[in-house]
Amino acid sequence: MTVNLSEFDQSCLDGQEGTAAASAMRIIVRLAETMKASELLDITSAHIDSCLYHGPAVLDFAKWLEDQGAKVKIPTTLNVSSLDLIHPNLYRGDEDWGAQARLLMDCYEGMGCKPTWTCAPYQLEERPKFGEQVAWAESNAIVFANSVLGARTHRYGDFIDICAAICGRAPAAGLHLDENRKGDILFRVGGLNDSLLNRDVFYPVLGHLVGKNAGNGIPVIEGLPDGVSEDRLKALGAAAASSGSVGMFHAVGSTPEASTVEEAFLGLDPTVVIDVTSEKIISARDQLSTVSTSKIGAVSLGTPHYSVQEIKKLFELFDGEFVDPEVNFYVSTGRDVLTEASLRGFVKPLENAGVIFVTDTCTYITPIMEAVTLPVMTDSAKWAYYAPGNLGVEVIFGAVEDCVASGVSGDLFIDNNLWLDG
Amino acid sequence: MIFLVAGQANGEVLKLDEPLSFWGGVDPKTGEITDLRHPQGGMSVKGKVLMMPFGRGSSSGSSVIAEGIRSGSGPAGIIMMEADEIIALGSIIADEIYGKAMPILVVEKSEYESFSTGDRLVISEEGLSLS
Repeated sequence: MTVNLSEFDQSCLDGQEGTAAASAMRIIVRLAETMKASELLDITSAHIDSCLYHGPAVLDFAKWLEDQGAKVKIPTTLNVSSLDLIHPNLYRGDEDWGAQARLLMDCYEGMGCKPTWTCAPYQLEERPKFGEQVAWAESNAIVFANSVLGARTHRYGDFIDICAAICGRAPAAGLHLDENRKGDILFRVGGLNDSLLNRDVFYPVLGHLVGKNAGNGIPVIEGLPDGVSEDRLKALGAAAASSGSVGMFHAVGSTPEASTVEEAFLGLDPTVVIDVTSEKIISARDQLSTVSTSKIGAVSLGTPHYSVQEIKKLFELFDGEFVDPEVNFYVSTGRDVLTEASLRGFVKPLENAGVIFVTDTCTYITPIMEAVTLPVMTDSAKWAYYAPGNLGVEVIFGAVEDCVASGVSGDLFIDNNLWLDG
Repeated sequence: MIFLVAGQANGEVLKLDEPLSFWGGVDPKTGEITDLRHPQGGMSVKGKVLMMPFGRGSSSGSSVIAEGIRSGSGPAGIIMMEADEIIALGSIIADEIYGKAMPILVVEKSEYESFSTGDRLVISEEGLSLS
């Protein structure tokens, strides 16, 4: 299938916009062909995941673009990298690896991207509005942009993100188009107890279950309270994009393209209907832990990056207590959020209580955590999913309330009543 | 059958029971499947014709695929039943910067089901054949 190119697209390909734009456009067109796009469309912003160092190939690619004089054409934010530039001493990895990671970061800043270094660009002051076409990479950011903001991005991987930013164009296909944004599978949660639906910890667990069962379709969730908070939708989406291929979901009564079930399905019937029972929820919760012990060695919160509201809640939960000296307690967040939370007076008291803030990166993608033999506790389904493979640690999933109680005492605490109520 | 990325390969089939996220799921240095929740966790994708129903998970999968092609520890080719841009991109970029593409194919269910782990497959311009 041939992609119909605009005059601008063709001038990029022909090199009239510079060598870098020609290379970037060639890659966009190759991808557009695999997506069966009939044309390209304008995008208003990009979010780059390519800035995380995975080995020589990613740096070779960035330098290849840099050598051709690449500059971004539209506002472009940067995802997490391998280093914490605000707290550089936290990095415990190989020096050479760190140096390469830094070169990669410099490369993308040099192309004109904003040094935001966060996996939650939707927590920045400027974010896409409803209906805006964007090119975002980072699976949790993609699902948030599509589902919660109502902006439109396909499930983009690394490399195409920067190409789209250089040209300001993306394939007109996939989740950019109305017809591909309708729901496929209906998850009904109305049978669950309200007390569970009103807990933060329910949402990542539901996301894990949804991702596992949604295949590559778009899930629609019916029966949640109206107006579920952004933090809860963030946790749900991040979990579903880790356990599955979810690039968008609809939460009826909360997300902007699903005021009703009918709207979410564009009037068509779901292909599958799944009734989410409390047994299924407890089983999904249990899948997130790899072990059950009485002691923990560390706590890691903030995957995706914690918001100001989540840091505020943590501040309230600590309430003057201190982290146990045998436990390392990490919170990952964006540098902009950390600044805002500091101004609001939440950061200093938490640091004094023993909390270690990590910015620009995340504890499960780079060597930051001190080696622990005891399990690590987290409130993030995404962290629980990936950390055992990435870091070789055992993980215990729990509510943030449980993470704080366990971090303070060093002994594992899980409030099971919360689940039995469900 | 559609080539998402054209190329040739020859290798033993490893058919995955579930989709795999390359980032957080495969060690780009060795090709080992590090996602221990995955049914094929602990096995290696290196040099294999990898079959999985569709893609999953992290955007960084593209980088892990490109790195695997560069270092030679990645699969020889990938066959799916649905197109996946994250997977395709890794191979497109390796083709652009190293001139080394890994073939990525989308096939019909019937063809997908006709191959199993241990088969030796040849991927050529004409398509798939057992060797």
